Amino acid sequence: MYSFDMVRPTSVADAVSALGQDEAQALGGGQTLIPTLKQRLAMPSVLVSLSGIDELKGVCREDNGDLSIGGGTTHATVAAEAAAHYPGLASLAGGIGDPAVRNRGTIGGSLANNDPSACYPAAALGSGATIVTNTREIAADDYFQGMFTTALEEGEIITSVRFPVPEAAGYAKFEQPASRFALTAVYVAKYADGVRVAVTGASENGVFRWTEAEQALSSNFSPDAVAGLSVPADGMISDLHGTAAYRAHLVGVMTKRAVAAAS
Amino acid sequence: MPKDHGIGASQKRREDVRFLTGAGNYTDDINLHGQAYVYFLRSDMAHGKINKVDTEEASQMPGVVRIFTGADFEGIGGLPCGWQVTDKNGDPMKEPAHPVLAQGKVRHVGDPVAAVVADSLEEARTAAEAIELDIEELPAVVDMKAALADGATKVHDDLSDNLCYDWQFGTDTEATDKAFAEAAHVTTLELVNNRLVANPMEPRVAVGDYSRANDESTLYTTSQNPHVIRLLMGAFVLGIPEHKLRVVAPDVGGGFGTKIFHYAEEAFCTFAARQINRPVKWTSSRSEAFMSDAHGRDHVTKIELALDADNNFTAVRTDTYANMGAYLSTFSSSVPTWLHGTLMAGNYKTPAVQVNVKAVFTNTVPVDAYRGAGRPEATFQLERVIDKAARELGVDPIALRRQNFITQFPYETPVAVAYDTGDYEATMAKMEELMDIPGFPERRKASEAKGKLRGLGVNCFIEACGIAPSNLVGQLGARAGLYDAATVRVNATGSISVMVGAHSHGQGHETAFPQVVAEMLGIDESMVDIVHGDTSKIPFGMGTYGSRSIAVCGSAMVRATEKIINKAKKIAAHLLEAAETDIELKDGQFSVAGTDKSVAWGDVTLAAYVPHNYPLEDIEPGLEETAFYDPSNFTYPAGAYACEVELDPETGEVTIEKFVSADDFGNVINPMIVEGQVHGGIAQGIGQALLENCAYDENGQLLSASYMDYAMPRADDLPHMANYTVDHSCQTPCTHNPLGVKGCGEAGAIGSPPTVVNAVIDALQSGGHKVEHIDMPVSPSRVWAAMNG
Ligand SMILES: Cc1cc2nc3c(=O)[nH]c(=O)nc-3n(C[C@H](O)[C@H](O)[C@H](O)COP(=O)(O)OP(=O)(O)OC[C@H]3O[C@@H](n4cnc5c(N)ncnc54)[C@H](O)[C@@H]3O)c2cc1C
Repeated sequence: MYSFDMVRPTSVADAVSALGQDEAQALGGGQTLIPTLKQRLAMPSVLVSLSGIDELKGVCREDNGDLSIGGGTTHATVAAEAAAHYPGLASLAGGIGDPAVRNRGTIGGSLANNDPSACYPAAALGSGATIVTNTREIAADDYFQGMFTTALEEGEIITSVRFPVPEAAGYAKFEQPASRFALTAVYVAKYADGVRVAVTGASENGVFRWTEAEQALSSNFSPDAVAGLSVPADGMISDLHGTAAYRAHLVGVMTKRAVAAAS
Repeated sequence: MPKDHGIGASQKRREDVRFLTGAGNYTDDINLHGQAYVYFLRSDMAHGKINKVDTEEASQMPGVVRIFTGADFEGIGGLPCGWQVTDKNGDPMKEPAHPVLAQGKVRHVGDPVAAVVADSLEEARTAAEAIELDIEELPAVVDMKAALADGATKVHDDLSDNLCYDWQFGTDTEATDKAFAEAAHVTTLELVNNRLVANPMEPRVAVGDYSRANDESTLYTTSQNPHVIRLLMGAFVLGIPEHKLRVVAPDVGGGFGTKIFHYAEEAFCTFAARQINRPVKWTSSRSEAFMSDAHGRDHVTKIELALDADNNFTAVRTDTYANMGAYLSTFSSSVPTWLHGTLMAGNYKTPAVQVNVKAVFTNTVPVDAYRGAGRPEATFQLERVIDKAARELGVDPIALRRQNFITQFPYETPVAVAYDTGDYEATMAKMEELMDIPGFPERRKASEAKGKLRGLGVNCFIEACGIAPSNLVGQLGARAGLYDAATVRVNATGSISVMVGAHSHGQGHETAFPQVVAEMLGIDESMVDIVHGDTSKIPFGMGTYGSRSIAVCGSAMVRATEKIINKAKKIAAHLLEAAETDIELKDGQFSVAGTDKSVAWGDVTLAAYVPHNYPLEDIEPGLEETAFYDPSNFTYPAGAYACEVELDPETGEVTIEKFVSADDFGNVINPMIVEGQVHGGIAQGIGQALLENCAYDENGQLLSASYMDYAMPRADDLPHMANYTVDHSCQTPCTHNPLGVKGCGEAGAIGSPPTVVNAVIDALQSGGHKVEHIDMPVSPSRVWAAMNG
């Protein structure tokens, strides 16, 4: 890696001001950023570690029933602490990477990165979550803007993510054999006012909502409800691990399985 | 009661204490005073003409000691190939130059263009970014058949085309054609043996050192065969005589074949250390490993099997394209020929076997031996086509194999080798018993009740190990003998150091080899240590590959130990004032037959070194013996494997539910180590069958260049232990080596891929899918595509 300075502020305010420096970049769990640095694909002058900021960590239930997760909370903490409140989300977090990744990687880092094969984007979009930053609140529907692209501004920090807790939710992930990221994965969440279905891993535009399935599942929340539905292969990712047609097919299968797994 | 010491005891591996506690001494742990670091600037193009490599600005960067380019290696030898293959027209194979750093052209992604030596690796890397490369991109040849087409771009401009050799072997064309013409049935299959990256846990490392005081070079390297590296690098590349060149391969974290070969980075570090008079270190990153370690396999084959009306195999004919990559790696030319063609008879008494191989240059990383080397490719095609034939003929695949087994030994195959011994019926029966074949229909029903398909795949294999009889391989084109050597040094108090030419990098030699010596002498294993991996300490050795260590080097060790026993008996006879012929050695005691007179091992060894009472007029003092052992034949381990898979028809995902291997390794020294070797081999075979895929795009860019895209097998890809049986109880001892051993290191990787693919095809067929073949890796997307194709 190229050399850089490193600061470890203890408050969001200090982190924000540190990020105001030229070529400064936030460091969450480093599970994406550090490999990038090692390959010399990024050249920040200052890394602003968020790991010393207590106000970015933790899982708590808000007065309106939403589950709020600090932007610096690790996947392992979400897996453990969200389980009683939002089991669908906890189980998604528990299936990310391996224990080392889960003990370091954070929800804020994952959502900021918005890898098209990542898990959390599906949960956030599928839950209609709100991405809370140091300056504003962004609805998930507005936040994800295509592969590795989000509504975040330079230097903006995800301080928390607020999830409305559904009646039931499930995540079905078909793993890419090498990376074990999602080759195609689907998150479904059933709310009083309807079902949301978010698909990750499949589309060249990153995570997306499958509205046709949402409608079908809103009137009948059962695996059979999506049996006849399919998404077009157009715009799906085609790579070494699966063609666009295969991914389109998996969207249907994984949706069915996510509904079956919902709790 | 299982034995707890000596031959046959499952002793825990003594080397694991250091490996598991982080106390190993790997090449990267070696840091020499004043050492500099090298960073190789590698081509990101598959094929290009080098117009200019401008290092001027880079040379001024902080920390830079010196930058080398291909021009610095003009007049210095290139990396040699160790095996000469003769074309079917009688011409020698084409052998293009393989410079240490690219000269004139880059020929694959990863080809080193320049080497920056600096005080730190980061400085070297930063300076490398300042090198200005003017490389004109040329069209890349990637597909082998396209590489052979008229007018194809040439990988090497000085060669007439991209064909390295066109080799034919076995039964002549007339007899083969006749057998096919007369056949009652012919089954044909076209398949690919997928390219693999070996991925040992420890990447390659080299540290070159030079002492101006005595003009001596030392290379520390991650090698399976330090003497071979000394020979190749010293004699053919750098021109350093053996007595001025020491090669050390300390603890090595896995090789799987890819650490046999002599690599450019080794020659570079040795050369550069002399040039700058400082040690030079290189540690491969994982990304570099993907584009610079020799790859494995990569064959495209058409195989035909002819049968008579009674389903007897009458002929096999194969047509293979074997990818050599851009240059010939050390053993590359022998893999698709002598290590592959000679095994094409398999376990079967097929009278006509003809093998055709075209070796092709492409703009890809060189391909060479990888666990099994040639034999997995042979087994895969033969066992896949037999399975297909059984289905076409409506006969049981086990019965069809059984009916065609070789049953009389020794057996001369039509492909130049003579199997000394074996019992294929025994391993087949053992496999059937352990697999519970009669219970399969019930298990299939249970899977179907869950919405899954279940398939059963079986496979038999034979391999030629213990390489190799030097006179035979010499006739076949090997440029070296493949014997091995051992020195048994008995110390004054009776402890023993055995210097062996075999190198242990995960095989457990440090445990197994002492078990043999201890058994022969009747002493405790703790008195015996193995010394390996250092040309300055051991007499000679051709190293570890081809499941040869115990069969060849172990035999040398037995011969040397026999010499020790003979001499020790002479000393004992003197001490006991008895005739030498009356001396017996048992449990570490020399006694006079029929009397209670005896002396202990330690008394005899002490007398050898403190020869106060010693037959000095008859023998020299001291107790140290060396033996070289050249085998008279290959060894032929064989086995029968079976596996059951479950296939999810919705996703195409395949899981292995049950796996049985029944191997015949002849005698077994340490059953636990043998089982571990088979477990590891099967994991790699399952990796090849289901997961691993080294893929290039049409421009020669490596698509699977990291673990994000190259899928290694992990624990949960393998069957649960309760459904996983590794058996080696069928034993027909090798007839021509003193231990009766055959070797077990590669069996798992040879036997398992066809087993898995046969099971997948069986599962698909059971679901009504008329799928005859899926190329490896049989990934979910490929299975789904085949089902929906
Ligand atoms: C082996 C392995 C397997 C993995 N498997 C999976 C998987 O199955 N599914 C999956 O979803 N992911 C997987 N990941 C990715 C993992 O979840 C990462 O943790 C995640 O993508 C990034 O989180 P991080 O906290 O490590 O962020 P970092 O790597 O530290 O940062 C990533 C990016 O986010 C920015 N950033 C970090 N925190 C914030 C914040 N609070 N606000 C704003 N910007 C921020 C950084 O500046 C950087 O640009 C895997 C990673 C590895 C190494």
